[in-house]
Amino acid sequence: MSAIDVDRVTMVFETRRGRVTALDDVSLEIPDGHFACLVGPSGCGKSTLLRIMGGLLRATQGMVRVGERPVERPGADRGMVFQSYTLFPWLKVRENVEFGPKLQRVPRAARRKTSDALLREMGLEEFAGAYPKELSGGMQQRVAIARALANEPEVLLMDEPFGALDALTRASAQRFLTQVWERHKRTIAFVTHDIEEAVFLGETIYVMSPRPGRIREVVQVDVARPRALEDERLGDLRRRILSQIFEGEGAGAV
Amino acid sequence: MTRASSTRSGADPGTAAAPAVERARPGFADRYLTPKEPIPRRAATTLGLLGFGVVLGLWSALSYGGVYDELFLPSPTTVAAAGYDLFAHYGFIHDVWASTYRILVGFVISALIGIPLGIAIGSFRSVQAFFEPVIAFVRYMPASAFIPLLIIWFGIADTEKIAVIFIGVFFPLTLLIADVSANVPRELLHSSYTLGASRRQVFFRVLLPASWPGVLDNLRIGMGWAWTYLIVAELVAAERGIGHVILQASRFLQTDQIIAGIIIIGLIGLAFDAFFRWLYRVLFPYAERVAR
Repeated sequence: MSAIDVDRVTMVFETRRGRVTALDDVSLEIPDGHFACLVGPSGCGKSTLLRIMGGLLRATQGMVRVGERPVERPGADRGMVFQSYTLFPWLKVRENVEFGPKLQRVPRAARRKTSDALLREMGLEEFAGAYPKELSGGMQQRVAIARALANEPEVLLMDEPFGALDALTRASAQRFLTQVWERHKRTIAFVTHDIEEAVFLGETIYVMSPRPGRIREVVQVDVARPRALEDERLGDLRRRILSQIFEGEGAGAV
Repeated sequence: MTRASSTRSGADPGTAAAPAVERARPGFADRYLTPKEPIPRRAATTLGLLGFGVVLGLWSALSYGGVYDELFLPSPTTVAAAGYDLFAHYGFIHDVWASTYRILVGFVISALIGIPLGIAIGSFRSVQAFFEPVIAFVRYMPASAFIPLLIIWFGIADTEKIAVIFIGVFFPLTLLIADVSANVPRELLHSSYTLGASRRQVFFRVLLPASWPGVLDNLRIGMGWAWTYLIVAELVAAERGIGHVILQASRFLQTDQIIAGIIIIGLIGLAFDAFFRWLYRVLFPYAERVAR
């Protein structure tokens, strides 16, 4: 069964300079519990596609189904994590994590249990009572992941969540996310322009071409976990994907 | 006390700061002249007092030194005496209260309408399309130009002053507050939707709380405008109020009372400013930026 089913999605934006086709007839199926990465150069429509999955944008044509249901609007079944820090600054870390469950009217004790477990998992128990501004960027993103997981979503949609982190923090965040995925077994759709990140994290890589965005190639990463960043097979894959992106285009296009 | 001595010689703050400068000698520029970097708290306080000291010193030099005639530029002591006189013998406190009362009423009315309207303009494109052009237009009409008209409508009592303040504060304040809510990051709203929030919940639980710090900050700025417009209105026509006292003093060439009145306005303004800053710290301990 597929958790995310993108069925012939086309997205056209009306801009001042005319119509721009961001996505052109894109189809893909992400199996249940799978970790999928969408990579491509800036402007290939990968973030647009993720937003359509999340229900934040409506496709011009085609449709997306999550767990067999057509996506029409955003919902708690599809948690999203963004690149920018989106914690609510006026809420403490614990309140941020409990934001979703509170909206779903989960009783206080149950909420507390959820946030306790997640904060422990994220290694942030001692920061439960802190405000987001007291946390580093990497910690804030961990809270954002916890906040999305607190709703027990069917899928987790991540839009370059580690893009704003420094290289070392990003490496540890990636390892951390891998562990989270192995424990929770949620379907993850992860958008990044960092191919190294994609091959390290994902089981399937969807390589996209720039404007209009199309799926150029689907690459399986058959490397057992835990993976090492310096693994040669990952390096080979990275080079292969890179050449695919450049294929048929002037280098200046990317 | 420190301030008094610093004005006489100008040396006291200098020597007080000397040991700190001494220690930091190797990196003086690093420490005090790096763009946007904070400086030690003590240095900031010293510099702030020094700023006052320089102004007061210049004033003293020009007046005590006899550069200008006492009639045109009274000395600090004469002004202080005039200020005391105003309160002790002329019932100045009633004028101060009359002005403050007008400010408070005019400001509160502006805020009560401006905050919800501004947030609505910044949040909903439909409300924005309806209100913003009109408000942006009226905003460019100087509030002081309305005074003659408002005198015809309301006379020269409190209502007219409050109306002037309202016109001067409400329109720009509304637009600033609209800006605050319009600048709430969209990603913050998007995150809330994906956490299962409804439109209504996003508005009340995310957009509003995200706007409050900016709203308060702009109220503080609006308070400054309110004082400007009130004094203008009082200078044109009033039976009491600080502006009225200043105008009366001018008729009798009492420059010392004029300056005393101006300084009182400054002090009250400073007090309101301090109040707003304090409120900001108390209400928004989570805020990233400290109010400017």
